[in-house]
This record gives sequence, structure tokens and C-alpha cells, in this order.
Amino acid sequence: MTHVAAAPAGRRDPYALGHGEGAAAGHGAGGPASKRIIVGYGFWIFLLSDIVMFSALFATYAVLVDRTAGGPSGKDLFDLGSAAAETGFLLASSFICGLASLAAAVRSKRWFYIAMAATCILGLGFLALEIDEFAKFIIEGNGPTRSAFLSAFFTLVGCHGLHVSGGILWLLTMIAQVFAKGFRADIMRRFLCFALFWHALDIIWVGLFTIVYLMGVYV
Amino acid sequence: MSDAQTHDPSLELDTAPGDEHLDGSGVAEGVIAYLIGLGLATLLTIASFLLPVVNLVWPPSIPVALTVLAIAQMGVHLVFFLHITTGPDNTNNVMALAFGVLIVLLVIGGSLWIMSNMNHHMAPMAGTMEMSH
Repeated sequence: MTHVAAAPAGRRDPYALGHGEGAAAGHGAGGPASKRIIVGYGFWIFLLSDIVMFSALFATYAVLVDRTAGGPSGKDLFDLGSAAAETGFLLASSFICGLASLAAAVRSKRWFYIAMAATCILGLGFLALEIDEFAKFIIEGNGPTRSAFLSAFFTLVGCHGLHVSGGILWLLTMIAQVFAKGFRADIMRRFLCFALFWHALDIIWVGLFTIVYLMGVYV
Repeated sequence: MSDAQTHDPSLELDTAPGDEHLDGSGVAEGVIAYLIGLGLATLLTIASFLLPVVNLVWPPSIPVALTVLAIAQMGVHLVFFLHITTGPDNTNNVMALAFGVLIVLLVIGGSLWIMSNMNHHMAPMAGTMEMSH
């Protein structure tokens, strides 16, 4: 422990590689990692497994994309203007969620609430556009039962939309918890997980707008 | 191992993904990092949406170009929004990410490969197109 404590800020060579002294975390010598790191790492593993689940939905979609059963294809259905607006809403919301983590890091409640409210509004804007798109398809008779292509489309995009809906409920819970309990260590750990979740949703959306919308219309 | 030591971030050997590192530099540096991320992601998004329209690249290469832009943007998100770095305090996070990417590539690549192979072998049979609907 003395060796680690002597290292400047613990960042230059945190594992003390090449010093012959086993100070690496995870090997017992450096002591257990703090709860915040263990929680963050565990949630990171969950997010990666969630992304693996999405990869299965992406693979299903890619296999079924041409099976339109005589119905409309992506080229006939997709409105790229709406997809671009959804992309903008989600990217802006991810950015402002980052500002909320900075506000939480410096314990500024006011900026935390402002940033979280903006994140929420942009997320709701994204959801509104997506629900509008789904409703339009279903009213025109192009619901998930129309063809294998549309089943795969509604499953993939709908699953992402469900994640965003869940994320918004979580976001509101975080605002309420910070309001009621302040920036306590356990609340900060939950917020760390929420921020990771929200950023990961935007990463999945990058794959979605590229593979579903852009390639659906142009390829 | 006292609590005081484990909770002093300067003594941590690892970093949680997404954790903010405000090492005395204040909020400004953090905001600038997020702004750089936002700028790069916006540029890549605009490039993705314009690429097929502006007639700048050879049309058959558009899917590959779009894929490259998407992967680049995912990288921007990982670095600037999730704070995944190559530093030694991030080794565990990067290893988990590498394993996740491996599984994603296996699932997507494997599915497409197997299904296109099956389609290829089924093609001469009359009526399969109808059945597969």
C-alpha cells in the first residue's frame, strides 16, 4: 500500500508495472477496488451484454430485410428527415446528460436539475417522433404483422425505443432521488450507471440509423 | 485497508467507465471534452446523411463508407462520452469492451455468412422464395 500511495495521483503507473511489487488491483495486493468502481464495472458488463442482445436483433433484421412479402420495403417507408431529427435529439440529449454528470461531479444541484430536465425533454422528443413513425406505419397497414421485414424492423427499433422509455423513467427517478437525498455516495453510483446507460443507447442508435434507415433507403 | 484510502480517487488503481476526472482543473475542461465529442459526432452524423446524396463516392462503396462512419462515431461516443481510454486504469473496461465487440462480430458476421450461404444453396429450387416469406 505504501508503494501505491507514493505514486503521484495513482495514474502514471497505477499497477506499478516493472517494479516487482504486486500492487495491481484484482490481485489482492492493492486491496479491493472501491464500491463505485465495482458498481460501474458491473454495469458496464451489463451494457455490453445488452449490446450483444441488440447484435442478435441486428443480425435478424439484416437477414430478413429483403423478405417484404410483396409489401413495402424500407425505401418506400422510411422518412430520413424524421430519422435525422431523432438522431439530433438523441445526440443532444446524450451530450447534455454528460453535462449533468459534470454538474453532479461538482455537486451543483441547480445545473444538475437543468441538465437532467433538458436530457428528459430531448429524450421525449425522440420518443414522440418514433411513436409517430410507428403509428403512421400501423395505420397504413404496415404493422409488424405485414411482413418478416416489418416484424424485424418493429422488434429492433421498438426494443431500442423501449430502452429509451425505461431510461426516461430512470432519469425521472434520479432527479427525484437527488432532490430527496442529495448527492449521497449511493445516489452518485446510481447516477453513474444511468449516465452510462443513456450514452450506450446513443451508441446503439448510431448503428440503427446507419443500418436500418440510411442503408434501407440508399442501398 | 481503511475507507479513507479506498475512497480517495487519487489512490484508485482503476477507473469506473463514465467516471468524471476533474483533477483540480475544474468543470471547464470536462465541458470542452464533451463539446469536442458532440462536434465530432455531429460531423460524422452529417457526413453519414449527406454521403449517399452528394454523389461524391462510387455508389457500390456507400455501404462500406456508411459502416466506417458509424464505427468512427461509436468510437467518438466511447472516448468522449463514456470516457473509455487506453490508460492502465482502464484496462478492465477495455478488455470487457473487446470481448463484447468480439461476440457482436461473431453474432452478426456469423448470421449473415450462414444465411447468405444457405440462400445461395437454396436459390435453384423453385418456390422457395414464396415459402421464405
